[in-house]
Amino acid sequence: MNSTVPVIDMPTKDLDAWFNQRFDEKMAEREAAHTPSMTIIATKGTLDMAYPPFILASTAAALGWDVSIFFTFYGLSLLKKQLDLKVSPLGNPAMPMKLPEGPSWIRGKELPVPTSVMTLVPGFENMATSMMQKTMDKKGIARIEELRELCAEAEVKLVACQMTVDLFDHDQGDFIPEIHEWVGAASFLPRALKADVNLFV
Amino acid sequence: MTETAHILDARGLNCPLPILRTKKAIAALASGEILEVIATDPGSVKDLDSFCSQTGHEMVSSEEADNGFVFLIRKA
Repeated sequence: MNSTVPVIDMPTKDLDAWFNQRFDEKMAEREAAHTPSMTIIATKGTLDMAYPPFILASTAAALGWDVSIFFTFYGLSLLKKQLDLKVSPLGNPAMPMKLPEGPSWIRGKELPVPTSVMTLVPGFENMATSMMQKTMDKKGIARIEELRELCAEAEVKLVACQMTVDLFDHDQGDFIPEIHEWVGAASFLPRALKADVNLFV
Repeated sequence: MTETAHILDARGLNCPLPILRTKKAIAALASGEILEVIATDPGSVKDLDSFCSQTGHEMVSSEEADNGFVFLIRKA
């Protein structure tokens, strides 16, 4: 083995320039070979908050990124076989209450529903949910089931929180078989550490 | 010369479906082949640009026509 350092007969200025150029080339090579990665923590189980993790994950996967979503607490319900996601304007004041049907001047108008009515009328949440769902369908927004399927197809790793199942006495059989693994925080964090993008939803 | 035998109709679909469908359609093509995508989602103009620059496919053209936004993408 020859471990002799070659004698470089070059002025420091030239040597620096050469090194800088090589360094930039190597860094560019490295960047080109790097697969971007993203980890998302999904903690919410409502119809509206189900969208961000699945939209971002499926899009990132389409861009060729390596993506994992960790579903914890109420977010775990997004992995149930039977999705029954609801959305409520209660405690969600920015949610527009607009009719999905009718002429555009009606659809554009916000319905003035006082909070007291929302809490008192039975089935109000169901009505708000079906209005939202109808609006989404009409606007060509994908159903959560479809986005979830696309994520699984694109090899987004759907990671489920073991502690949440134990905490809420869920039955693992109620969840989709596409789940990559059931783990705890200590297994997810090392993956998040290596990811380029980390999101909490 | 550009031949566009492959057409993806993504009209009426909203973010992120046009991108996901494009990715799927382009996966079925051979390198160098061209996919024509038609979309109505205005967000798809910037999103497909970004999709191409991230994935290395070439955006040959991107224009607004009567039936929506029309993109020609050459597979890398």
